[in-house]
Amino acid sequence: MRYVHRLRIGPVGFRIGSDWRAPIDQLADLYRAYPTADHADYTVRLFAARPWRRFVRPAVSIGGDYMLPEAAPLPLVHGLLAAEMAMNLQLALGHRRHLLLHASIAERDGRALLMTGESGAGKSTLATLLAANGWRFMGDEFALLDPATGLVHAFPRLISLKNQSVAAAAAAFPDGRFGPLLKATPKGDIRHLVPPVDAIGRMDEPAAPALLLFPRHGVAAEERDVPASEAFVRLTQASTNYVALGEVGFRALTTLVRDIPARAIDYPDGATALAQVEALWART
Amino acid sequence: MRYRAPATDALIATDLDTLTALFHRPSGITHLVASPVPEILAALAEPMTRDQLLAALARDYDLTDPDPRALAQRLDELVASGLVATS
Repeated sequence: MRYVHRLRIGPVGFRIGSDWRAPIDQLADLYRAYPTADHADYTVRLFAARPWRRFVRPAVSIGGDYMLPEAAPLPLVHGLLAAEMAMNLQLALGHRRHLLLHASIAERDGRALLMTGESGAGKSTLATLLAANGWRFMGDEFALLDPATGLVHAFPRLISLKNQSVAAAAAAFPDGRFGPLLKATPKGDIRHLVPPVDAIGRMDEPAAPALLLFPRHGVAAEERDVPASEAFVRLTQASTNYVALGEVGFRALTTLVRDIPARAIDYPDGATALAQVEALWART
Repeated sequence: MRYRAPATDALIATDLDTLTALFHRPSGITHLVASPVPEILAALAEPMTRDQLLAALARDYDLTDPDPRALAQRLDELVASGLVATS
């Protein structure tokens, strides 16, 4: 690889190599507050599938230690997104140290709020709004649950904001550092936000899960308890490595859903969601 | 035909609420089951025929109207899922 950057996000070290300079420069700038990885758990490669694709309508193919054969290349202008997707892919396919839950996490007083749901449910937006209101942002993509301790580890990579959530995050963090607006990506319009300073500075501090939330955006405010069995099923679906971890994953997940309460919240807007979360948290 | 549950150390059972999560070690498959499956698996620690099983369940759980057809259906499902073996 012609251009390389090493960085550590929480307990995971990455070595990112690229055929092009631009994505690496963007990564190095947006991740400049993060430590350099002593060792790389995963290598990510952004490469041209054919040599001329470095120059002619440059198309960034995503690779690394783990690859998806059907992953479509992205135009170079979306190189930063390609790098983020490739880093997520390594974790999703290769990680075994923790049970991975597709969830965002916010922490307060050493206790973690886990928010999970399908794309568009508001995981990233809610975690971002909470971070602007006194919570520590621990991640918006993966919660890393340690099977040995039951603690969740932070994975505070760049916050990936889609479509309308970009404006909401800009309002919440008027002085926030944002990456370029990536228009018309396969995931819609995307803009990355650098997590707050304390999220990066304290990313080695795990937290004890205290509340599991299943948010759903765009509908009238409503709440209900989620039984442990339903939470269990939904989290097996929200985990990329539950099956791979076998018995270890089973024990970690059953312990989690039996130990902490789970609630589903529907919310029409961010302000309502914040009020719902604060009220729930006060009762937890 | 006799039915039997997996050996005790082949199955991890965790009660979640009204449902029980089962991890089947030999296959690595997770099952989520409701009553009467945990009771059937407990009874089948000793291999037995369907009639013997029905009698054991009726005795252990004070069933007033044990239903052989319903039990046969549950057993077929459990055999198909790999949680119960036949011999």
